Amino acid sequence: MVVTYLNLIIQGVLLGGLYAIFALGLSLSVGVMRFVNIAHGDFIVLVSFLLLTIATALHINVLLALVLMIPVAFGGGWLLQRVLLQRVIGPNVLLPLLVTFGLSIIVQNGLLQGFGADTRTLSAGSLDTASLHIGGFYVGLLPVLTFALAVALVVGFDWLLYRSRIGASIRAVADDVAAADLIGLSSVRVYAIAMGIVGVTVAIAACFMGLRMNFDATSGPSRLLVAFEVVVLGGLGSLRGTLLGGIILGIAQTIGGQIDGAWQVLAGHLVFLVIFLLRPQGLLPRY
Amino acid sequence: MPRHQRLSIAVGRIVLVGAAAILAGAPFFLGAGDLTVLTEFLCLLVLAWMWNLLAGYADIVTVGQHAFVGVGAYTFYGTVVLLGVDPYLAFAAAALMALVIALPAMMIVFRLRAAYLAVGTWVVAEVLMLIAGKLPNFGFGSGVSLPVRVAREFGARPDERFATIYWLAFALAAATFASTYFLLRSRIGLGLTAMRDNEEAAGAMGINLVRARVICFLWTAPFLGLAGAIITLQKLRISPPASFSIIDWTVFVIFNVVIGGIGSLEGPILGTALFFILREYLAQLGTWHLIILGTLSIVIILIEPRGLWGLLRRVLGGDLIPVSHGARPGFGITRKS
Repeated sequence: MVVTYLNLIIQGVLLGGLYAIFALGLSLSVGVMRFVNIAHGDFIVLVSFLLLTIATALHINVLLALVLMIPVAFGGGWLLQRVLLQRVIGPNVLLPLLVTFGLSIIVQNGLLQGFGADTRTLSAGSLDTASLHIGGFYVGLLPVLTFALAVALVVGFDWLLYRSRIGASIRAVADDVAAADLIGLSSVRVYAIAMGIVGVTVAIAACFMGLRMNFDATSGPSRLLVAFEVVVLGGLGSLRGTLLGGIILGIAQTIGGQIDGAWQVLAGHLVFLVIFLLRPQGLLPRY
Repeated sequence: MPRHQRLSIAVGRIVLVGAAAILAGAPFFLGAGDLTVLTEFLCLLVLAWMWNLLAGYADIVTVGQHAFVGVGAYTFYGTVVLLGVDPYLAFAAAALMALVIALPAMMIVFRLRAAYLAVGTWVVAEVLMLIAGKLPNFGFGSGVSLPVRVAREFGARPDERFATIYWLAFALAAATFASTYFLLRSRIGLGLTAMRDNEEAAGAMGINLVRARVICFLWTAPFLGLAGAIITLQKLRISPPASFSIIDWTVFVIFNVVIGGIGSLEGPILGTALFFILREYLAQLGTWHLIILGTLSIVIILIEPRGLWGLLRRVLGGDLIPVSHGARPGFGITRKS
């Protein structure tokens, strides 16, 4: 019994790493551009389909396809910000919400049109089934690598935002657009770079989501809800918080799924709502 | 105001009143098929007005309004079939239950700031849909049909039944329109308009923004619940994916309001009517239907955030349904100085 639950908690923590990766991009776009990208989950699913297509067409490993995808994803995010989102961000939060909502529906139905409604999954060869034997527990190598990557990304982003020059520009624009423009920082350029970085996190999230779980053209919204709950649970703008939020949600879903398969998603939502009501500022608020 | 604009507004109002009069008498000259479409139109119009009241006036963008439609549907089924209550009383129960559910939902989502609130309402809706799928007497995840005897209470013959359901939808749409109009003309509506135009200035003038937003959020719930009950009566079936359909009761509704025109009472009418006209041609295109609507809504936001009605209003020079206490002389119910 205890062993079973310990095992579930380990699985949940590892799943939480993936959820933290889902949330990183959302956290960044919320923190810098002050808007919630409703299409975040759909972009993740879109890139999963692209990775699947590239890997199949070029006969290469999905992880190699991801390496090829990263500059494309950066460019995609950059372009989206420059061409579309830049026109609607501002004091009125309604417009970016509605535009990304429209994008979400376009992406979902575009994927349905292009790839059909079948459920897909990505494969990285022998990595899919490799497992480690640690202290009496068998854990998949892939979940462990995903979790390690999540920690590395959180540390890396922390460095990027708080130690690097571009991070200083991003924070300056996030704090006060007008003042940043006044001292010669181009907010348009900084926003585009930030959205490019979001694109990179989306590509990484897409790859490891596809390796870990099934996805289809309409999986986007459920990924968005997970990412959103992780960001709010962790505390807005807090990178370490996303890791903690992801772990809590991962454990809640894994234990819920053990009780009854149908309870997996609901258990995650309910734990989110309870913690949110008790601590609306999040677990590790930055401010 | 120039004379031709006054004339065009008068013509516009005559068209509006004429359309309402035709709708009021529709069962006398339309067949069952057309009435079914019009019933659907009126229900979607109610949903559009309610989403617009929140997004266009109270600054609450919800992506979870299908939750209250579903709650209304399930409550209607529960009271009429499981409790055996009179169907007309069951409508009241559907409205009441939506309001009861709106209270805790409000306590959750109002802790989130504007941008997050949208996704927060979605989480709440998702939770309610998942719970609805776990109710044993409601057919779990696959849902359950309404017994024929319930349908018979609204008319022994099918055409009588369709007419009765149509009247119910018409009455709901009329009540939604009239009450929303008066809400927006009241002090609360005035405060909301002030808030929309300048939040800080409105707050400084002593307008209680939180109270106004809370009233609006709670205001929409019973109307959404009633729409859910009427939709159930028409479809004769409840199920979590259909009764809580995000595509039917939220996505289409948002597109209709955004395309028609957010922040006006005319916009939702225009958008919903356009949606039904477009659907005739686009529905067979399947996924392209939604892709086209999504693209159209984004293009319209970029051109004119106030939608097609915002464009049309520039030509007409004024509102057909004046909700604002405009200082512009010459039209509306403004006291002339």
